[in-house]
Amino acid sequence: MAAALSVSALRKDYGRTTALGGVDLEVGEGELVGLLGPNGAGKSTLVKIVCGLVRPSSGRAEVCGAPAGSREARAALGYLAELFRFPGWCRAGEVLELHQKLAGSAGGAAERRELLELVDLWDARERRVEAMSKGMQQRLGLAQALIGGPRLLLLDEPTSALDPVGRRMVRELLERLRERGVAVLLNSHLLSEVELVCDRVAILSRGHVAAAGRPSELSHASGVEVETADGVRRFPGAVREDAPRLVAQLVGEGAAIYGVRVVSTSLEDVYLEAVGDDAPEATA
Amino acid sequence: MSGVAIVAGYALRESLRRRVFAVVLLLTLLFLGLYTFAVVKVFEEIGNFSTERNLGTLDPTGFVAATMLGLGMFAILFLATVLAVFLTLGAVRGDAERGLLQPLVVRPLGRTSLLLGRFLAAGAVCAAYALLIYGAALVIVHQASGRWPDTILAPGLTLAGGALVIVALSLLGSVFLSATANGIVTFMLFGAGLVSGLMQSIADAISSHSLGRIAHDIALALPFEALYQSGLHALTADQSGFTGTLIQLGPFGSSHAGGPWLDVWVLAYVVAVGAVAAWGFSRRDL
Repeated sequence: MAAALSVSALRKDYGRTTALGGVDLEVGEGELVGLLGPNGAGKSTLVKIVCGLVRPSSGRAEVCGAPAGSREARAALGYLAELFRFPGWCRAGEVLELHQKLAGSAGGAAERRELLELVDLWDARERRVEAMSKGMQQRLGLAQALIGGPRLLLLDEPTSALDPVGRRMVRELLERLRERGVAVLLNSHLLSEVELVCDRVAILSRGHVAAAGRPSELSHASGVEVETADGVRRFPGAVREDAPRLVAQLVGEGAAIYGVRVVSTSLEDVYLEAVGDDAPEATA
Repeated sequence: MSGVAIVAGYALRESLRRRVFAVVLLLTLLFLGLYTFAVVKVFEEIGNFSTERNLGTLDPTGFVAATMLGLGMFAILFLATVLAVFLTLGAVRGDAERGLLQPLVVRPLGRTSLLLGRFLAAGAVCAAYALLIYGAALVIVHQASGRWPDTILAPGLTLAGGALVIVALSLLGSVFLSATANGIVTFMLFGAGLVSGLMQSIADAISSHSLGRIAHDIALALPFEALYQSGLHALTADQSGFTGTLIQLGPFGSSHAGGPWLDVWVLAYVVAVGAVAAWGFSRRDL
């Protein structure tokens, strides 16, 4: 079976500015991949090429085996843009109805109800978009992206306008989508969020993939901390295998040991390491 | 339901539910009120005028009825232009900048379908609007004068056709220009069309063939003007003699028969404008 998303040597130039300089990325069926990177790293450009909003300069992008931007590819994906708006005069239910028609979804009223309940907007189905808060519009955007049961979901900063409760709702939603086999490419600034839900992450910097892999693979041991009666003794550079030797050494020196912890780099450390000077926007 | 029909339905609802439509409705009612007042007053005045003077072969009622309808047509084309511009000025780039377009474009329907749907909806609204207001003007003038124009339907159809041309031009502009710039450019094109009409009047008055040629070419390059001139001509097609000559000195100075090829030219023009718009839209990064 073809990968939900397959990107190879993808390049996009805007005049003399290179937004993407040859990106390779794959998202399997049911896989949840986080796309990280500072502003201007090319994350949104990548997502826009995949959903056909931007034409690549060279390279290849395929959605479920179909060229990105083709009718077949667009029929297989759901997309929530970073900056989007629905017409203010439209009611929540009407927005979904319009997108059902455009997507060719036969879900009808049952699908609309299911999606509005999923994002906690069923009670606001008759409310005009212009009367909704930004968070409600964001949740409506999520519901819209899920219309027709997409095989690949592209989410560009989906939690940017949400409060902590809304963010948790999105996390739970992503877990459920993964169980249903939906592939998700999650573009976010929120490292902690990505670390919590994603199977893999790809860190973009200056149009290139600077690091990619499972969060656990990307992080590495960065020392051992031993809690003694005199306080915490730190051994930078030591790894897990060094812990018994260090404990034995300290006991031999007459220290009382209360705890040992192998310290690993966080995703934030990996991120900062990968993007270097290009990382002013990193948030935990 | 096809993608074009879905988008057209959506755009039609948008046209009717946006505040701009209420504003246009209000302006239209204001225009019709003032127009009725002016028509009634002017026919009161010509009663006195025609009994005090020997007017020879002049038909004052026919002359004033045609003049008032000609002025009405000018106002109707202007109002239809305002409506066309407001419905389409931000259809592509403006909506993309506001984030309204992207959720629609990523759906399986093609960009050409989206553009065609927008054209059909805005075109239907503007053409229906022009025909309705033209019909209202006809009734107002008839009630005041007891006269109908020489041709009833053709002038209304040319106004509707003119509105369609402006919708097409404004949609084309929306692909390449920001909403504000597009609005300005479209109104400037409308103004250029009017200028060509004035040039035609001057060319006829001084018998300048070259000026007339330039005015004619501009009117064809902006065929809403050629249609308008053709509509004016149809309005008074059967007027002759002194009355006919006098009418030509008024707002009908630029009236010219469109000829059998005008409709074909307008159709080809709208298709060509649409093709360029679709090509530009297909290449635009959003």
